[in-house]
Amino acid sequence: MTENLVGIFLNSVFTGNILLAYFLGMCSFVAVSKNINTAIGLGFAVIFVLSVTTPLNWLIYHYLLAPGALYWIGLPNVNLSFLKFIMFIAVIAAMVQAIEIIIDRFSAALYAGLGVFLPLIAVNCAILGTSLFMVERNHTFMESLIFGFGSGVGWMMAIISMAAIRIKLRYANPPYGMEGYALTMIVTGLMAMAFMLFSGISF
Amino acid sequence: MKNKNNALSVFLRPIWSENPINIQMLGICSALAVTVQLKTALVMALSMTFVVSCSSFMISLLRKQIPKNIRIIVELSIISTFVILTDEFLRAYFYDISKQLSVFVGLIITNCIVMGRAESFALSNPPHLSFIDGVGNGFGYGSVLLAVAFIRELLGSGKCFGMQVVPDYFYSMGYENAGFMLLAPAAFIIIGLLVWLQKSLTKDRDLSR
Repeated sequence: MTENLVGIFLNSVFTGNILLAYFLGMCSFVAVSKNINTAIGLGFAVIFVLSVTTPLNWLIYHYLLAPGALYWIGLPNVNLSFLKFIMFIAVIAAMVQAIEIIIDRFSAALYAGLGVFLPLIAVNCAILGTSLFMVERNHTFMESLIFGFGSGVGWMMAIISMAAIRIKLRYANPPYGMEGYALTMIVTGLMAMAFMLFSGISF
Repeated sequence: MKNKNNALSVFLRPIWSENPINIQMLGICSALAVTVQLKTALVMALSMTFVVSCSSFMISLLRKQIPKNIRIIVELSIISTFVILTDEFLRAYFYDISKQLSVFVGLIITNCIVMGRAESFALSNPPHLSFIDGVGNGFGYGSVLLAVAFIRELLGSGKCFGMQVVPDYFYSMGYENAGFMLLAPAAFIIIGLLVWLQKSLTKDRDLSR
């Protein structure tokens, strides 16, 4: 049981990295990786939101939406799973809003650091993607918790290393048209290649 | 930017000079994941066009009724409705392709193109223009998707829409498919090269960031 959880964690951080293997959360990855400090801030915000929303969406899916999930109020034949997209995105948007209010109320310092990133996260594909993968792979509750946390760690690791590389790239002299976005994509490709080496390790 | 309300320019702009993927860097997530084969890329492009044009049309119709403070959640629910329609349709009639696309149809909801067009165009323009703008953005997105998918499928498996185009005697002469093209990193690199190509072709305009 625990070995399985460790395996899911390592898999979601390295071999199945949410950004480098499944391309999720690219938009904010390209836009925010110009500066290491903002990258770290956004990384922590993503870890936080992912570890909260993934298990929450698990509960919602398995007790309200999945085929036969409504047996506890006497409706065993109802299948609401087609509503999962709209439910998940509503949960994510509501959670992000709630977290923003709570942080604002209790910790001004944390709010100053994370606050600006929270609205960005509601439309980050990595968050919704993790919830959808969690449904597709039939994770249990504990697994979904670990999977959400691990995906966040993997995403943060990728964006911080990208920000570090982009600082060095400022001194590079690429051909016309290649600077900025094009170069970022190619460097991301090389990073994805490096991360693929982890797939030789079996858990 | 002057003739902003000319229907033709609204349609053509997102296809080339304001291409959502190559120039505005929006909606990259799904563009990379579904481009291993032309077939999935085509289906994804069509679904995207449907969702972005219909949701822009609806949001534009309701633009005077939507309260400003809660507009994001209203937009998200309109978009999700169309995504659910698309997903159910694909699962009913194209089950194999919908299995291959897995979560990426659902991820159209958080695709920045849809939200971006809703926020920056549909909220301030009449419905028919918003619809045309949506179709244009869908085509702009789709053209990049098909270009990437064409390169990856041709070099990666020697096929085009599932039909073999690299002749057999190439293989007997020692030619081999580049398996790398089917993996994740190749998608990043091809998009990077396409962006470089387009930027070099539009040299007269300052597009550097």
